[in-house]
Amino acid sequence: MSERLSSGGAGNRISVRKTPKLFIGGKFPRSESGRSYEVADSKGHFVANAAMGSRKDARDAVVAARKAFPGWSAATAYNRGQVLYRVAELLEGRRSQFVDEVAAGEGVSRSKATAAVDAAIDRWVWYAGWSDKVSQVAGSANQVAGPYFDFSVPEPTGVVAVIAPQESSLLGLVSVLAPAIVTGNTVVVLASEARPLPAVTLSEVLATSDVPGGVVNVLTGRTDEVAPWLASHMDVNAIDLAGAGDAAATELQVAAADNLKRVLRPQRTDWTATPDLHRMLAHLETKTVWHPIGV
Amino acid sequence: MTTTASPPVASGTGLPDVSQITSSDSALRRFLHGLPGVDQVGAEARAAMLSTRSIKTSAKAWAIDLAISMIDLTTLEGQDTPGKVRALCAKALRPDPSVADTPRVAAICVYPDMVPVAVEALRGSRVKVASVATAFPSGRSSLAVKLADTRDAVAAGADEIDMVIDRGAFLSGRYLEVFEEIVAVKEACGEAHLKVILETGELDTYDNVRRASWLGMLAGGDFIKTSTGKIAPAATLPVTLVMLEAVRDFRATTGRQVGVKPAGGIRTTKDAIKYLVLVNETVGDDWLDPDWFRLGASSLLNDLLMQRTKAVTGRYSGPDYFTLD
Repeated sequence: MSERLSSGGAGNRISVRKTPKLFIGGKFPRSESGRSYEVADSKGHFVANAAMGSRKDARDAVVAARKAFPGWSAATAYNRGQVLYRVAELLEGRRSQFVDEVAAGEGVSRSKATAAVDAAIDRWVWYAGWSDKVSQVAGSANQVAGPYFDFSVPEPTGVVAVIAPQESSLLGLVSVLAPAIVTGNTVVVLASEARPLPAVTLSEVLATSDVPGGVVNVLTGRTDEVAPWLASHMDVNAIDLAGAGDAAATELQVAAADNLKRVLRPQRTDWTATPDLHRMLAHLETKTVWHPIGV
Repeated sequence: MTTTASPPVASGTGLPDVSQITSSDSALRRFLHGLPGVDQVGAEARAAMLSTRSIKTSAKAWAIDLAISMIDLTTLEGQDTPGKVRALCAKALRPDPSVADTPRVAAICVYPDMVPVAVEALRGSRVKVASVATAFPSGRSSLAVKLADTRDAVAAGADEIDMVIDRGAFLSGRYLEVFEEIVAVKEACGEAHLKVILETGELDTYDNVRRASWLGMLAGGDFIKTSTGKIAPAATLPVTLVMLEAVRDFRATTGRQVGVKPAGGIRTTKDAIKYLVLVNETVGDDWLDPDWFRLGASSLLNDLLMQRTKAVTGRYSGPDYFTLD
């Protein structure tokens, strides 16, 4: 029996191809527009037909992110940290798939791709650890001239749109995504246009870990087409322009000014270097409380 | 699906003889059960098919404004306060204060004790005040209490009364009792318009929805309304389709036009536009008017305003920029 199965299927089996989809509100829809685009590896060979997200997909993603925000931001820092550690565990389990996708997409050797994937998982854990520590660093007990216990605590900004780095498809993505969600923001991330597959696989990891649906929403498609709608969206509170070109970034920054979004301009960043805290702090607001005390 | 019901017709007049139909419980039952059955699969398929229509650009802008003007802006909570009702009335008059040409809603819908507050707040405007009555939402009370409830609301100045039918009596087949109750409430309404709430979520079958619709219309209801909003499922497209067919057939046989109001569960612009398409395709232009079609809703208005803002400014808006009701 088993012999027949193997002999019948070994040579001429038709492989089951994956359709990379969007990730919105914990579900994997195709683009509302019905469009897709060809993703090629670094040598120009066809890899997959990825969903080409439209402005309406972006709108739906923002709605999903807004809906998820109260729950995720109100979760305890400890709980958020545990959820993100869990994501790291599952990333580890998909290591070889990520290595394949990074190697093919970025055109690097397997050993370099392995190093990038390992660095991405380690970075995820590094940020997960900050969940219950960031308030000690960014918050403070303030000395004031009056009978008040005065303290400042960092709070998440809200819905953060992220234009993911175009070149570093996994490490770069993790380096901009993790700092936004660890503090309680919810995110709509626009994946690298030419190399979206690691982002799609990451969304599958997020869907099967304990991250509530809508906390991370992943769009694939044309950056030039979708990014302006996220930048001008009145219900997005901050935007990270890491993957936007310099000229586009200026236009997006202007669009983002309508509702006074926090804007993180693209900087020349070495994604392999140990990060500092500025990406995490960029998506935080400070709440200061004056608590009267008896004299 | 499109079969027109043919009620008993008084010889020579071409109109159904209501007094004959309602002369006894058995005559009424014979009539209501003689209505053609609803093809459930067909009704659902047609509603689903119509809901795939794509309404874009200028047609969408027109539909959004029409939908706003058809809204019965509703607050039916135990925690309602005069302040909340006044705030809602202000919103009814100027749904989006920043855009001057935003249409007004059709009416405010409140509990009877809030009617004086709403009347005062809406004085001099064309926005109507609707009040639920007759022991809303369950209708479990004696006729005397229901009539007193209705008179109370009318005396307080309500322009429209939303009554609930006695579902218990209807489901046990005591149609005449339901009929007479509606007639009595209609009389108690005087000048006020009467909307008859069928509470389709409790009627179980589309056949029952069709029968209840005819019953409400025969008894003199000016509107038939799907639901109270307190029972799930509330308004659905197929149920509204069945009711629209009923009002179409009723006008074809009696010459009297009756309005339809789906209420409950309509939250997005997309939903609202689906209902408008359904109206247009089932009963046509005559009902595409706030006098003949209403949408009972509260959160729908903000979504419509957000879409309107998007059309004007060219960027997506957010809930932060509209009032919480």
